[in-house]
Amino acid sequence: MHQSTLAQLSTALESNQISSEELTRHYLERCKQFNKSLNCFITINEESALTQAKLADIQRKTGDATPLTGIPIAQKDIFCTNGVKTSCGSKMLDNFIAPYDATLVRKMNLAGIVNIGKTNMDEFAMGSSNETSFYGAVKNPWNKETVPGGSSGGSACVVAARLSPAATGTDTGGSIRQPASLCGITGLKPTYGRVSRYGMIAFASSLDQGGPMTQTAEDAGLIMNVIAGFDERDSTSAEHPVDDYTARLNDSIEGIKIGLPKQYFSEGLDSNIAELIQEGIKELEKLGATCKEIELPNTELSIPAYYVVAPAECSSNLSRFDGVRFGHSCENPRDLSDLYCRSRSEGFGKEVKRRIMIGTYVLSSGYYDAYYLKAQRIRHLIRLDFQKALADVDVIAGPTATGTAFKLNEMMGDPVSMYRSDLYTVSANLAGLPAISIPAGFVNNLPVGMQLIGNYFEESRLLNIAHRFQQATDHHKAIPEGFE
Amino acid sequence: MDWETVIGLEIHTQLATKSKIFSGAATTYGAEPNTQACEVDLGLPGVLPVLNEQAVLMAIKFGLAIGAEIPKRSIFSRKNYFYPDLPKGYQISQFELPIVNSGHIEIQLADGTTKEVGITRAHLEEDAGKSMHEGFGDQTGIDLNRAGTPLLEIVSEPDMRSAKEAVAYMKKVHSIVCYLEICDGNMQEGSFRCDANVSIRPKGEEAFGTRTELKNINSFRYVEQAINIEIERQVDILEDGGKIEQETRLYDPNRNETRSMRSKEEANDYRYFPDPDLLPIQIDVELIEKVRNQLPELPNAKKQRFIDEFNLSDYDSGVLTAQKEIADYFEDCVVITEGEAKLSANWINGELSASLNKENKDITESPVTPKMLGSMIKLINDDTISGKIAKQVFEAMWNGEGSADSIVERKNLKQVTDRGVIEKLVDDVIANNPIQVTQYKATPEEKKEKLIGYFVGQIMKKSQGKANPKKVNELLIEKLDT
Repeated sequence: MHQSTLAQLSTALESNQISSEELTRHYLERCKQFNKSLNCFITINEESALTQAKLADIQRKTGDATPLTGIPIAQKDIFCTNGVKTSCGSKMLDNFIAPYDATLVRKMNLAGIVNIGKTNMDEFAMGSSNETSFYGAVKNPWNKETVPGGSSGGSACVVAARLSPAATGTDTGGSIRQPASLCGITGLKPTYGRVSRYGMIAFASSLDQGGPMTQTAEDAGLIMNVIAGFDERDSTSAEHPVDDYTARLNDSIEGIKIGLPKQYFSEGLDSNIAELIQEGIKELEKLGATCKEIELPNTELSIPAYYVVAPAECSSNLSRFDGVRFGHSCENPRDLSDLYCRSRSEGFGKEVKRRIMIGTYVLSSGYYDAYYLKAQRIRHLIRLDFQKALADVDVIAGPTATGTAFKLNEMMGDPVSMYRSDLYTVSANLAGLPAISIPAGFVNNLPVGMQLIGNYFEESRLLNIAHRFQQATDHHKAIPEGFE
Repeated sequence: MDWETVIGLEIHTQLATKSKIFSGAATTYGAEPNTQACEVDLGLPGVLPVLNEQAVLMAIKFGLAIGAEIPKRSIFSRKNYFYPDLPKGYQISQFELPIVNSGHIEIQLADGTTKEVGITRAHLEEDAGKSMHEGFGDQTGIDLNRAGTPLLEIVSEPDMRSAKEAVAYMKKVHSIVCYLEICDGNMQEGSFRCDANVSIRPKGEEAFGTRTELKNINSFRYVEQAINIEIERQVDILEDGGKIEQETRLYDPNRNETRSMRSKEEANDYRYFPDPDLLPIQIDVELIEKVRNQLPELPNAKKQRFIDEFNLSDYDSGVLTAQKEIADYFEDCVVITEGEAKLSANWINGELSASLNKENKDITESPVTPKMLGSMIKLINDDTISGKIAKQVFEAMWNGEGSADSIVERKNLKQVTDRGVIEKLVDDVIANNPIQVTQYKATPEEKKEKLIGYFVGQIMKKSQGKANPKKVNELLIEKLDT
């Protein structure tokens, strides 16, 4: 049952081969069984998931169902879920029961989706290995000595280990795509503003975007059909019309022009990965796509620009965690300043503090122009690079991550190397473009992801190419040993 | 030494929107603590602000009313600082690109001349909550009902030279925002309050002295007192050879003194940056024109119209138009009286204003409506009652005894105009005062007028004030001179 894709389960539910309750019970059992070794869930919603499942079965019977009614999905613990702990992977919010639903969660509830649990993540989505979580590191199901990537590491792990047919993630600098790459699943970061950020705990507001993490592109399209769209509660969400994200999946990709950025295949890239990506691209060519080399000249600047803009926004976004109204509050504060200092010192982990410090610094008077403003200018240049490139090609392809899953603890002492591993993903966030990572094969039994970056609001095209690729390949079907 | 004072004001105007500037929660004043704070106002994790368009329209109205430029694009910024009643740890405000740029306001000085005060800018921002230090033992209570209430901060140029000018300016801004109906103007509830930047310099000097900022003053009287006491303090320091510290000070009206709150060194670095949760405000010419067409008549224009249309004095017109409700009252009253502007103005600025002041009432709470007052003035005009009796009638109306007509009827206050009746009164008085009559006759013509008052007084007394004074006069002179 758990080897099926979301789309297959949807059909099974539709044709009454299985009930949502059976399905949910099955996945709940797997979650409980494997969470001990993988640590991918912060909360498993056993009771409420079963209630939702029973309700979904009634909806199916009364014909009041959507394609995803009764399907269990895991939510990254960054999305506020009414009445359920929403920790954002932090001690700061270990005691926080969200009193409202994020728009994405509300839409999924309305569609009859069963919320099976809240997945582990890097603290406040800051990290690329899921090791900064207050709840401990998540293990990569392909090799438990390695990390699943981050920050949506729990979600990627859950999908790879088939503990849930799909999950949600958020992507600020690669947090959907990089763990998708490292865990061998499909992860879509939509165009900035395509999915509402309301109720998604903010890390860097101008970069954050929620999206699906699934086995296949088709599954990602099914979820996009539920979560995409304008939200009057999010001023930055786009009023752009929403596609039917599954309608064009099977379109021919004959004649599609793919750009290969020179800068994405340079010396920083593991040669084994480069080879797999080249093979993937050849596969796309077999399907009728044409490829050409392109330039994204400011790629190198994307990391420094990102690590100024994101911490700047995070330093302000995380100011609300002050121990006054919710979240961790220190014992017996002497005075107001003690309350602030100790609540925040105790509540936040090391990486979050580091970024708050960097952000506070770059926004300080006297440094603002040199750092924040300059980073914004670079961001503008990067956007122009993409505009220019995408005037010439339909999509841009390349690797998702600079390497495969690395060993636990290997990078924790070296934040700059960790930051550099986001090299291929942060640009899409800085430019606000949609991008998808799809499984492209294995190096030393560890998955490798191929990234496709599209033009604004062209998620359908990305899903179409990814789907056609997946029709022609089997990489996405592989299940890690012990989880079949 | 002769010192010159330099004052600039930052006025915080609470905009009269129904809901908050970035959330749907209500803005009504005085609700139970924290009952008007939704998840957005509480700054819960994950929430986002959505701009209230009404606040934008109100800011544009103000900008147009002061002849300011409304830029096509303005942006919101975050002002970062920690305070318990600031839920997000930052205030959404405007920094680089405010919604209103450089305008000006004309104020009237005591000597009757006018002066233009420049407005540097006006920007939109959200108010913070309130910290409550009483009733929580050694802790502080937080009420977030006010958090997110829209404010328009109006920043003046340092153009004022005395506390009186500052008050005149503040009153004018108050009048304008009330005319525009963008603020309820209620200063006790904090809907209209100001920070005053005060410095002094030797007369003739061009460079500004070091300024202090007096925070959060919420009455016209306190503004004047606070500035004056601060000027005195600065003069004392400088004349003793000291230096003024640039700092923020708080005015304590109970002790009539200003106290230091924080110095420049302790000042926050607010780390302003554009709020990534909000899109820039785009304002096109059509919208500006639409708002312009909806602008009401403003105080200065109304004042001039009253002078032209009703032939009122500059003073009367100024008093009547200072508050829109008074001007409306006046115009309603004039309609009832069928055009008796001068008497209407006299009664409103005189008797009515005195009664309102005595009971500390606003004109909107007056028990005497424009219709009531107008009807009474009509009775004066058609000689039904005298001006003197009218004061009695007014008082009775004020005390809720009904309309002028019914009071006059009930109390039998109708003026006596019948020649026969008055003649009888005149004859009686002449007969009963032979000495005064002799005296009168002996008095030279030019001094007679003085004496006649005595007889008038007697007659009025006898008629209980109801005899028509004009007729009494006529008949008296006629009779005494024969």
